[in-house]
Amino acid sequence: MSKLEQFRAETRAWLEDNCPPTMREPIRSFEDLYTGGRNPEIKHPDQQLWCERMAARGWTVPHWPREYGGGGLDKEECKVLREEMERINARRPLESFGISMLGPALLQFGNEEQKLEHLPPICRGEIRWCQGYSEPNAGSDLASLQTRAEDHGDHYIINGQKVWTSYADKADWIFCLVRTDNSGSKHEGISFVLFDMASPGVSTRPIRLISGSSPFCETFFDNVKAWKRNRVGEEGKGWAIAKYLLTHEREMISGFGAAPKKSLGEAALETLGADASGRLGNGILRHTIAQYQLDALAFAATMSRVGDEAKAGQGLGAASSIFKYYGTELNKRRNELNLAIGGEAALGWDGEVYHGGATSRDWLRSKGNSIEGGTSEVQLNIIAKRVLGLPD
Amino acid sequence: MALVLTEEQVMLRESAAGLLADRAGVAQLRALRDAGDELGFSREVWQDIAAMGWPGIAIPEAYDGLGYGYTGLGLVLEQAGRHLSPSPLQSSVLVGTTAVHALGTEAQKQALLPSLAAGELLVSLALQEGVQHAPEQTAMAAVPAGDGYTLTGDKILVLDALAADRFVVIARTSGSAGDTEGLTAFLVPADAAGLTVERRSLVDSRGVGALHFDGVQVPADGVMGEPGRAWAGLGRTLDIANIGLAAELLGLATEAFERTVAYLQERKQFGKVIGSFQGLQHRAAELFAELELARSIVLQALQAIDADDPELPKLASAAKAKLCEVAQRATNEGIQMHGGIGMTDEYEIGFFIKRARVAQHCFGDYNYHLDRFARLSGF
Ligand SMILES: Cc1cc2nc3c(=O)[nH]c(=O)nc-3n(C[C@H](O)[C@H](O)[C@H](O)COP(=O)(O)OP(=O)(O)OC[C@H]3O[C@@H](n4cnc5c(N)ncnc54)[C@H](O)[C@@H]3O)c2cc1C
Repeated sequence: MSKLEQFRAETRAWLEDNCPPTMREPIRSFEDLYTGGRNPEIKHPDQQLWCERMAARGWTVPHWPREYGGGGLDKEECKVLREEMERINARRPLESFGISMLGPALLQFGNEEQKLEHLPPICRGEIRWCQGYSEPNAGSDLASLQTRAEDHGDHYIINGQKVWTSYADKADWIFCLVRTDNSGSKHEGISFVLFDMASPGVSTRPIRLISGSSPFCETFFDNVKAWKRNRVGEEGKGWAIAKYLLTHEREMISGFGAAPKKSLGEAALETLGADASGRLGNGILRHTIAQYQLDALAFAATMSRVGDEAKAGQGLGAASSIFKYYGTELNKRRNELNLAIGGEAALGWDGEVYHGGATSRDWLRSKGNSIEGGTSEVQLNIIAKRVLGLPD
Repeated sequence: MALVLTEEQVMLRESAAGLLADRAGVAQLRALRDAGDELGFSREVWQDIAAMGWPGIAIPEAYDGLGYGYTGLGLVLEQAGRHLSPSPLQSSVLVGTTAVHALGTEAQKQALLPSLAAGELLVSLALQEGVQHAPEQTAMAAVPAGDGYTLTGDKILVLDALAADRFVVIARTSGSAGDTEGLTAFLVPADAAGLTVERRSLVDSRGVGALHFDGVQVPADGVMGEPGRAWAGLGRTLDIANIGLAAELLGLATEAFERTVAYLQERKQFGKVIGSFQGLQHRAAELFAELELARSIVLQALQAIDADDPELPKLASAAKAKLCEVAQRATNEGIQMHGGIGMTDEYEIGFFIKRARVAQHCFGDYNYHLDRFARLSGF
């Protein structure tokens, strides 16, 4: 047996023994994901148990180094673990901005002390992070942000406002872009700092989304103290870190472009029935679903191809922008098709007959995918300028 | 007929815009939604609307209506779309009244149309059974009993079901699902024994309901027209309903678009108004061109109703399909071009996308009507 085969056998046995049956049931909505934190939102007690068991092996973030709480697995082993989890429909034990955004930035730019302090609690699901980037006047033009950090020796005093901060009211810590210097160009003088959301002077106001839930907030800083040792990278050089983190955020969001397990074509046949030749009766709907499925297939193939090329050392320029743009547009198309297929049932908002409006609420939420993490227009600008070399 | 509005029609449009903006705008819709209002509209506002005579716009003078025709009603519906005004203008004035007129006996018309014209009576159509609009698939059974019938089965997506005084119920007296023959329309009072009306909550916060018929008795005078022959009258009702909804969607899409263009002129990023970015300018300009086409097809279809144009079914599907397409695009762009603020409930643009999809779906969505348009065009 090769080493990898042995790893697969062991992994399979361990998962069989340790993954609770409830954690093998499909996730019904976003809300079913376990996000950890000091005050975790627990939908099922097994979520915590499953997270603890996986974290003990470093498998909440299998590709991070062991010394920081990860699993230390290489790409091949990660793939095996993923496949074995999929085999039994095991849920991912933990989802968080710490894993998908801050972690990669700290691994790249953080000092040893910062990595040791912040990464293990992310892996264990103990600290939940939020992202303090956008401000009322700094959205697409993120670099024009104005939240000020004043130098007080070993710490900063922070004043200003962020907006659209997802889960700010539930997060324990924030990674935040602040202005430490106003004298140069807007890309200079930005610093990347970490601080505790329980610090005096931090307040949040939840904002309701069109989908009815309130995942994001206005976040206010009134003389908030942040230690300089929690600044990542040099003072005033935070823009490069901010952008690096965004590429990871964009890759994470592109994941929404993945096609559902049950294809839309299948779902449509189930809901609407077939004509005498076994096809979907409405040719227009059939055409639109086919277009979607074809693009989703090509999108998945592109993700794999670019992944393989990256391993071979060839990079596709601005890959994260292409994926972010295409993946989120695909997800919006999928959600519109869910409405077209589901008809009256998909338009429900409340009540048991409509499963609490799961379909329409997901559809509305999907509209935000092409806005959060940098809008579609911003991604297209990046492709046009950085990849195609078109002038400003 | 020239594709321009008469002076009288322009005045009607202006007065509709005034009243609806003032008394039944997005703020009122939000208040009704947040209060969990059972009906989904305000009876008081409905009385003001009735006082303007709008419920009788399309009803002939012989039945105490204004006899202005559907072009006039279309103008009012367009304004209702602009302001997202919740009222029985769609359920009862557009659909219910047309059903009574197209399917009812002379006695039924004389009994109902005058009070419909006065806005005192509300009638709603009970048609849909499955998740999609498919009128010929109607399966609900109407079994002869005495000199009338007994109805058993379920209907969904009945507009303003909780407010309606009567329902025009489409059921099957012969044949089987899929046949256009064998459908019969019945007039059923809302308080009929064996009928339960259940409120349903859709994404647009308007009043809709599901009806459950458990052996509901309909006497002979509740049968509308000749048994088994409702298809033609139902078809006309649906064509008119879809043109009316297209008019509503025209107003809705135009308003969403204008609000978005206003935002492009106001929001600044990178030191300029975002409307100065050509990527957004071209999309807005394209949408403007689409809206112009949409306006024309809606007016042509409305005039076709009043002119008894034999092409009405094709024009109805053309208007509905086009407006589904344009309203979907206008509302999607509306959110996208607003960025983060467009995703918030506090901001009003989201109300437009929600109402749009429900109006798009009612009586057949884009896919249904584009397919029907192709078939009626002979290919
Ligand atoms: C669901 C959701 C969750 C979010 N979570 C977070 C979070 O956790 N933390 C955080 O910091 N932020 C978060 N955001 C904010 C998000 O990053 C911003 O909304 C986004 O960057 C756009 O900024 P804006 O909202 O100010 O829109 P604007 O920048 O004002 O954009 C308005 C419109 O103008 C367009 N536009 C702007 N500039 C150009 C240009 N040069 N060329 C062409 N078009 C242009 C945009 O694409 C958009 O269509 C979230 C947003 C959403 C919707």
